[in-house]
Amino acid sequence: MTTVSAEPTRRDFLFIATGAVGAVGAAATLLPLVSQMNPDASTIAAGAPVEVDLSPIAVGQVVKVFWRGKPIFISHRTKKEIDEARAVDVKKLPDPQADQDRVKKDHDEWLILIGICTHLGCIPLAHQGNYDGWFCPCHGSQYDSSGRIRQGPAPANLPLPPYTFLSDSKILIGETQPPKA
Amino acid sequence: MSGHATYQPTSPFMKWFERRLPIVGLLYSSFVAYPTPRNLNYWWTFGGILTFFLIAQFITGIVLAMHYTPHVDFAFNSVEHIMRDVNYGWLLRYMHANGAAMFFLAAYIHMFRGMYYGSYKDPREVLWILGVILLLLMIMTGFMGYVLPWGQMSFWAATVITNLFSAIPGIGEAVVTWLWGGYSVGNPTLNRFYALHYLLPFVIAGVVGLHIWALHVVGQNNPTGIDVKSEQDTVAFTPYATIKDSFLMVVFCILFAWFVFYVPNFLGHADNYIPANPAVTPTHIVPEWYYLPFYAILRAIPNKLMGVGALGASIVILAFLPWLDTSKVRSANYRPLYRQFFWIFVIVCVGLGWLGSKPAEGGYVIVSRIFTAYYFLHFLVILPLLGLFEKTKPLPNSISESILSPAPAASVT
Repeated sequence: MTTVSAEPTRRDFLFIATGAVGAVGAAATLLPLVSQMNPDASTIAAGAPVEVDLSPIAVGQVVKVFWRGKPIFISHRTKKEIDEARAVDVKKLPDPQADQDRVKKDHDEWLILIGICTHLGCIPLAHQGNYDGWFCPCHGSQYDSSGRIRQGPAPANLPLPPYTFLSDSKILIGETQPPKA
Repeated sequence: MSGHATYQPTSPFMKWFERRLPIVGLLYSSFVAYPTPRNLNYWWTFGGILTFFLIAQFITGIVLAMHYTPHVDFAFNSVEHIMRDVNYGWLLRYMHANGAAMFFLAAYIHMFRGMYYGSYKDPREVLWILGVILLLLMIMTGFMGYVLPWGQMSFWAATVITNLFSAIPGIGEAVVTWLWGGYSVGNPTLNRFYALHYLLPFVIAGVVGLHIWALHVVGQNNPTGIDVKSEQDTVAFTPYATIKDSFLMVVFCILFAWFVFYVPNFLGHADNYIPANPAVTPTHIVPEWYYLPFYAILRAIPNKLMGVGALGASIVILAFLPWLDTSKVRSANYRPLYRQFFWIFVIVCVGLGWLGSKPAEGGYVIVSRIFTAYYFLHFLVILPLLGLFEKTKPLPNSISESILSPAPAASVT
């Protein structure tokens, strides 16, 4: 039996160094095992931006398109809906945000939202609830005509997808800047 | 607990074999000669019933897997193919779906029995915690199995439950994307849920092995809650417990058969016979009945993070039960106050289940909040205090005494 030395020995150093290399190796092995669960190349490719022609959408109509498997609500708002969304005292909202910040400049009538309730991911129903907006049938969250949370368990407003106007009647969902030709 | 016969191989081959692998001796001492308290009542038969249903789920599940296709384009149709084309496919699928419900029913009765008779107390804490782990594994397995038919309820259950993780501050969205393998619930999600639904039962079987091992180390509790003191307090597992377990298993199977043959869809939801549609959420979405109490707790709290936290806490708190209950007396038979609070707790749990099936509005939400508060109050306030203030009844000296002279005062005549 070797005597126990108070000073770290060369052997202690070797033990720790070997253990450290082993730990790095184990972590490196874990990486692909964890990473394979994330979206694969085909899923990412299928999530490319989509173009939507707005001209067939009548005033007051809400249409649903899909981008990355998520429903996107495109609401062609009436004057009344816009006025209601702007008349609200922003400071009193659960998730304060002005309607102007939720639409693109000079396109006040077009409200583009990710149609997934911020509570637990159900799809809210259009033209329902007490705020001329959306009502989630799962747990009763209500959103107003700007897609802002007004009542119920959802913690946040309906999120805005990245999108940009290519022309007055065409948008590209998934990009914030028009692609350079 | 000595004195019961151990396995003595008689044939030369068994003697040769036993010296090399003493498995027959292990089975004999675990399931034949094993001494069980002689006063066990029928509430003690649910461990056996649970084992039976675990095996039944394995057999029906492996058969279903031979006919099922885990792909978003084929899953729904492959389940209909099982129902219509596969020989006895309807029977096997109904047995699997209703078997899961029976499994949970038996597990809940088993847990309430443990609570009533204080089976989680010293020295059975680890045994109890293994049971809580089994419940968690069952919940995960059952959830993933429910997703596989890829009907409307499957899809939206997957969406709502995976979204629970989005409540985690900061990394929530990344975790959910990782779970989905995409930007929403889709084919990668279904495929991995299928793999995990096949895997987790084997994990359950492993933990059941530990659960039974721990049980055989500390011995069974019994209706008096007092320890076994002599051989007179026990009877051999076989034939006594084996027959008793088998009898109630048959009775329980009558209930199971009634569901399978007469009302196979009673516990399910008609919406799940509509193929999954990511564009439309069903108007009234509820989980399977065995998750309803937890679902009610989730919905009772108006804040998303707190609601998810309460849901998790309602299960995790069970693991701390051995230390939250401060009373030294195990059985509620000798705890007059605890017995009443136990039944209130049962009513609250069943009530939460009922509330979970109701829409989250108006009076239902208010009652859900009261019941949720009581659920936690039971564990965090009532149980710790009862142990300090309750005046318990005198315990019998031994199990055999409690049987031979149940009420000493009445034996004057």
